[in-house]
Amino acid sequence: MSDKKPERRDFLFTASYAVGAVGAAAVVWPLIDQMNPDASVKALASTEVDVGSVKRGNTITVLWRGKPVFIRRRTEEEIKEARSVKMEDLIHPEKDEDRAKNPEWLVMLGVCTHLGCVPLNDKGDYDGWFCPCHGSHYDTSGRIRKGPAPLNMEVPKYEFVNANTIKIG
Amino acid sequence: MKNLIKLFYIISFFFLGTAYSLSAEKVDYLKTDWSFKGLFGKFDRGSLQRGYQVYTEVCAACHSMKYLSYRNLAEKGGPEFPIIQAKAIAASFEVLDGPNADGEMFTRPAKLSDKFVMPYENEKAAQAANGGAYPPDMSVLVKARGGGVDYIYSLLQGYEDAPSGLTLDEGVHYNKYMYGNKIKMSAPLSDGIIEYGDGTVASVEQMSKDVTTFLMWAAEPHLEARHRMGFKAIVYLIILTVLVYFSMKKIWSRVESEV
Amino acid sequence: MSDHDYTPSSKVGKWFNDRLPLLTLANHLTDYPTPKNLNYWWTFGGILTFCLITQIVTGLTLAMHYIAHADMAFESVEHIMRDVNYGWLIRYIHANGASMFFLAVYIHIFRSLFYGSYKSPREIIWIIGIIIYLLMMAAAFMGYVLPWGQMSFWGATVITNLFSAIPLVGEGIVTWLWGGYSVDNPTLTRFFTLHYLIPFLILGLVVLHIWALHVPGNNNPVGIDIKKPSKDTVPFHPYIVIKDGFALLMFMIVFAFFVFYSPNILGHADNYIEANPMVTPAHIVPEWYLLPFYAILRSVPDKLLGVVAMLSAILILAVLPWLDTSKIRSAVFRPLYKQFYWILVADVLILGYMGAMPAEGLYLLIARVATAYYFLHFLVILPVLGFKEKTIPVPLSITESVLGGSPNLAAARNRESSEKLK
Repeated sequence: MSDKKPERRDFLFTASYAVGAVGAAAVVWPLIDQMNPDASVKALASTEVDVGSVKRGNTITVLWRGKPVFIRRRTEEEIKEARSVKMEDLIHPEKDEDRAKNPEWLVMLGVCTHLGCVPLNDKGDYDGWFCPCHGSHYDTSGRIRKGPAPLNMEVPKYEFVNANTIKIG
Repeated sequence: MKNLIKLFYIISFFFLGTAYSLSAEKVDYLKTDWSFKGLFGKFDRGSLQRGYQVYTEVCAACHSMKYLSYRNLAEKGGPEFPIIQAKAIAASFEVLDGPNADGEMFTRPAKLSDKFVMPYENEKAAQAANGGAYPPDMSVLVKARGGGVDYIYSLLQGYEDAPSGLTLDEGVHYNKYMYGNKIKMSAPLSDGIIEYGDGTVASVEQMSKDVTTFLMWAAEPHLEARHRMGFKAIVYLIILTVLVYFSMKKIWSRVESEV
Repeated sequence: MSDHDYTPSSKVGKWFNDRLPLLTLANHLTDYPTPKNLNYWWTFGGILTFCLITQIVTGLTLAMHYIAHADMAFESVEHIMRDVNYGWLIRYIHANGASMFFLAVYIHIFRSLFYGSYKSPREIIWIIGIIIYLLMMAAAFMGYVLPWGQMSFWGATVITNLFSAIPLVGEGIVTWLWGGYSVDNPTLTRFFTLHYLIPFLILGLVVLHIWALHVPGNNNPVGIDIKKPSKDTVPFHPYIVIKDGFALLMFMIVFAFFVFYSPNILGHADNYIEANPMVTPAHIVPEWYLLPFYAILRSVPDKLLGVVAMLSAILILAVLPWLDTSKIRSAVFRPLYKQFYWILVADVLILGYMGAMPAEGLYLLIARVATAYYFLHFLVILPVLGFKEKTIPVPLSITESVLGGSPNLAAARNRESSEKLK
């Protein structure tokens, strides 16, 4: 209004505004955080799978954190094929040795890295997987070889609890 | 300012009035000092851990606690069992899981993410096993009873011989704090019925206090966080109120009027 | 009002404002001339806006986690309380927020009754307010059903059964409301839908309420019209904004105390027991803010007439501007009305207390007397008082009363001088 002397108004009003802004920010956080995964969802972080009955050349799909996980027991040819690929031929260079510690077992998220569809088994130009949504081809190590996807299919954290049981997460 | 005082007087009058009228029945419950009451109230960890022991060794035979999970036992603000111990507790229970790849249900040891195992399959089975009375689920029991913790604490110690002239049916017991004084649950606690791991003497009074504390936490697992946040929030509001009050005085000083 | 003369200073602002005059609206709201003698009872309009927004925001976030199904509602509320990040905080704010909302609205309504804010030319503001109040009760009632506890279930049963009092079609209406032969899952899902809808209806009506207010402008403690805007009023911003803000903060301290230190004291313990159609709780009590009307309902020994009495108790307020025949607005200058006003306040508080007590013996008798008085106040006392009452002379302008101190003091001085004259 008529009073235009900033020095006198400053401290009190600035302090009020500043303190008010801090409070408003503090109120906003719970409203945002409530949409993050809740305690019961976080608790379901790991799952154990019995793979004793899976035959060579077969894939089973299990659900982990709401996403499909492919567990493939690979044949010798598939392993040979995956390990003989030259790194410079890959879009996203990764050694098969790093992706499958135990060469017989390939464990990865069955989610196309393009836009999240589930690729089809034993399809595509590289004997691995093929994503029907936008045509991405993956090889026998689940690595992207052709198509719009930028990355290989993700290998989650997993371990063999015993010879027949894999714990994912 | 005078108006504000009047305002506060009326607000408090109104709320005290309704709070008073809502708690219509006044019973003199047994009193004890609860560590979780008050501005900074916190749970006594030892009491919560002992309370869990009472629950699991005594109450859990009949009473479910279906909204709690084993992970809660290790969470902050609760009994805070070490995670390994909580896992061991969970693993000592069997849960039904499945179906597996062959389409069959199977049992496995419980994990932290599992809910507390219930003593009966369902409410009907619980009724059938307890002479028609359903032992209520204990997850929110403290909040579901008018007297709250004081009521539960008193009830556990309120078993007496029925006064002469009062005949009780088979399977009904006299409890001076129960609504109507008749209760189907027989006195659940007696001195030394369990042995506390930490060497505390397991008197009925001690066990009542511990298990009630545990039930309070079960019903209100975020109580400590609530008290902490509440104190900060109110201090913050008071500071901002003072600042805004003086800002207001300054702004209104331009007008020849009182605020 | 100066809104028609307003032109934004910037070119972009002018371009925009010519197409959609939002800046004119903003300018109107900030410059809106407000009587400078408004006291703290006038801050509850702002507080109520805060309450409505709080309920909508917390309600939206709760709806992201709540499951409206008879088998899962109770469990989903426990899920919110235990697992959802800050879920306990949001739910307690929402549950206690309803009580705070009603506390504020009652103060707002009784302020209007004291200062005659419902009188010409503000009847439309008042009637919109009554509709908002009715919608608030509907929203609160349906919201209370959602946790699917014992009080939810039996409250829903009792309230919906009120409609069965209607002759001939009553039973049909109740079945229609339930979507079955008792309160059950279909009832819960439709209540959830309506509970979600009503706040937005209220929001729309609040806009109309404020619009209708900005046509004649605010009433004020002296109850006389503004004579010279330059002398009698201050711009809404910053004067009223800061004052409303201060009052809101005081209100929030009370609010915070409930949320953080006694979040369940205004609720009923039985609502933490899951709904059970086989067992009715020993005492069925509505939430505190509905108690006076509940007492009126129970004090009439006939089913249909009880419902009629309860509804009339609210609807009678809608015709209040025509029942009150006095030309003077503010109770400050109506010595007799002031006495009756406080008796009415006490009467409503007594009704509230009786609503929480069992309907028998002395309680019932008192409730009946209080009910009778409630209607007597509006139907007999108010119309007669307008003609019979000898009022105190009102000051010439707001400024005069402000300079003379508080309106009460001015009134006292006026009374003294008028007595000396005799």
